[in-house]
Amino acid sequence: MNFDDLLHDPGEWLNSAPTAHPVVISSRVRLARNLVNHPFPGWAKKAERIEVLHRIKPALLSLPALEHSFGSDMNELSPVQKQILVERHLISVEHAGKGVGSAVAINAPATISIMVNEEDHLRMQALRPGFDLDSAFDAISLVDDQLDAQLEFAFDSDIGFLTACPTNVGTGMRASAMLHLPGLVLADQINQIIQSVNKIGLAVRGIHGEGTEALGNLFQISNQTTLGESEYDILRRLKEIIHTVIKHEHNARRKLVSEKLATLRDQVGRAYGILCHSWSISSKEALNLLSLIKLGLDLGAFPKEFRREVDALMTTSQPAHLQKLTDEKLAADERDRLRAFIIREKLKSFPSPDTSSFGEEQAASA
Amino acid sequence: MLCDVCKKNTATVFLTQIVDGKMQKVNLCESCSKEKGVTDPTSFAFLDLLQGLGTAQVIAKTQPSLRCPTCGFSLGDFKKTGRLGCSRCFETFSENVASLLKTVHRGTRHLGKIPNRSAQIRDVSRRIEVLQEDLRKAVDAENYESAAAIRDIIRQLQSSASQN
Repeated sequence: MNFDDLLHDPGEWLNSAPTAHPVVISSRVRLARNLVNHPFPGWAKKAERIEVLHRIKPALLSLPALEHSFGSDMNELSPVQKQILVERHLISVEHAGKGVGSAVAINAPATISIMVNEEDHLRMQALRPGFDLDSAFDAISLVDDQLDAQLEFAFDSDIGFLTACPTNVGTGMRASAMLHLPGLVLADQINQIIQSVNKIGLAVRGIHGEGTEALGNLFQISNQTTLGESEYDILRRLKEIIHTVIKHEHNARRKLVSEKLATLRDQVGRAYGILCHSWSISSKEALNLLSLIKLGLDLGAFPKEFRREVDALMTTSQPAHLQKLTDEKLAADERDRLRAFIIREKLKSFPSPDTSSFGEEQAASA
Repeated sequence: MLCDVCKKNTATVFLTQIVDGKMQKVNLCESCSKEKGVTDPTSFAFLDLLQGLGTAQVIAKTQPSLRCPTCGFSLGDFKKTGRLGCSRCFETFSENVASLLKTVHRGTRHLGKIPNRSAQIRDVSRRIEVLQEDLRKAVDAENYESAAAIRDIIRQLQSSASQN
């Protein structure tokens, strides 16, 4: 499978069916593993990293989950290709900076991606649309078992899997869910929520500025500790917190509908108006407005079948995805114009928002 | 306000995170925030950043010259990177690592998955221990025939373990 094939399919997690979760966009579980007797990638010399890669590659190729997958050494990817993988959450920013001795493997539906020689020898993740941490964990745990049969992982019976950074020691697991929380942001409750999530770290995605104003009202909740609890307990605790946040988001939306209906209609209508008629738009503004369209859709302003289009735009309007469309190197203002054009074209298929049914939808989902 | 990492540029990115009920704040300039991958926290652990800024430095003060015999990593290097050099470093710096693990995690004992392979290896070494005890008893009882048989089993286990 080549890079363009991978791109062509937007990834299973983007294929949000009408039943997709209205709050949780995606669930992800990542495991960190290292081989015994080899220095961690950050400390290893180039030759040592290449040797580790040579040991790991055959094991990856034998994985049933990676049949027909995309695989590449990091030095063979262009900067734009790397950035696209970052925007798709298939590799980390850190991994995008890697070259010789590092690699990535991604299965065809882009639900499993494995980074070799990122911060640890192996960083493997499973991604699922909606709120489905358990099946993401099961999928990546199976990959872990299959690799474990062929490679010897650094493991200590007292402190578990050994990782380059002590914060990952133990299970080596970081589970996270990406939440769309426009209700809590509009109702000005998001800071309270973040502060009351006092047992699990709430990582905020893409802040540009003071406080917790996040890009596109997207927030990520993840576990921050990996030692002293089983994977099962970590996931259970995380799911409890996420359930609570989802409940608060629904309450906030309901409250907005009953108390600030005019503001809500205004916000969704304006977002639609700007996106339909702008000729230049930054990635930040686009994401924030698309978030409002998504909220409007959840509340019934647009037919549910457009959800996938909105979700896809949130990814495809990001810089590297735009750059991929053309051979010329785009400057920021050129990207802004291209972004506005793409969104305008996409929204032409949308009906005007019908905000008259706001409230009914909420009442139905209550 | 200056950037917490480079301490030179003006901070423009402000991060706040609650971890285990404690509020943590970090202020970064644009270039440091990019370097630390802050713009994409899917890959970014707030604690890792704090580690680089604080905990690691405190820990490194104790024995900065101690080096890992396997990979040559020192506590001074840990102070710089917040990362360890190899899996053996966990033994070399066990005291320092233990106190760090205590502060950043909910417990100090691994309760999660155990890899099959190392579980097998551990089973074997435990079995060898038991057999060695049996061997000692057999020798004490002057039951040399049994002792020889047990010794053969131990040798067999040891050679298969080393092949693995």
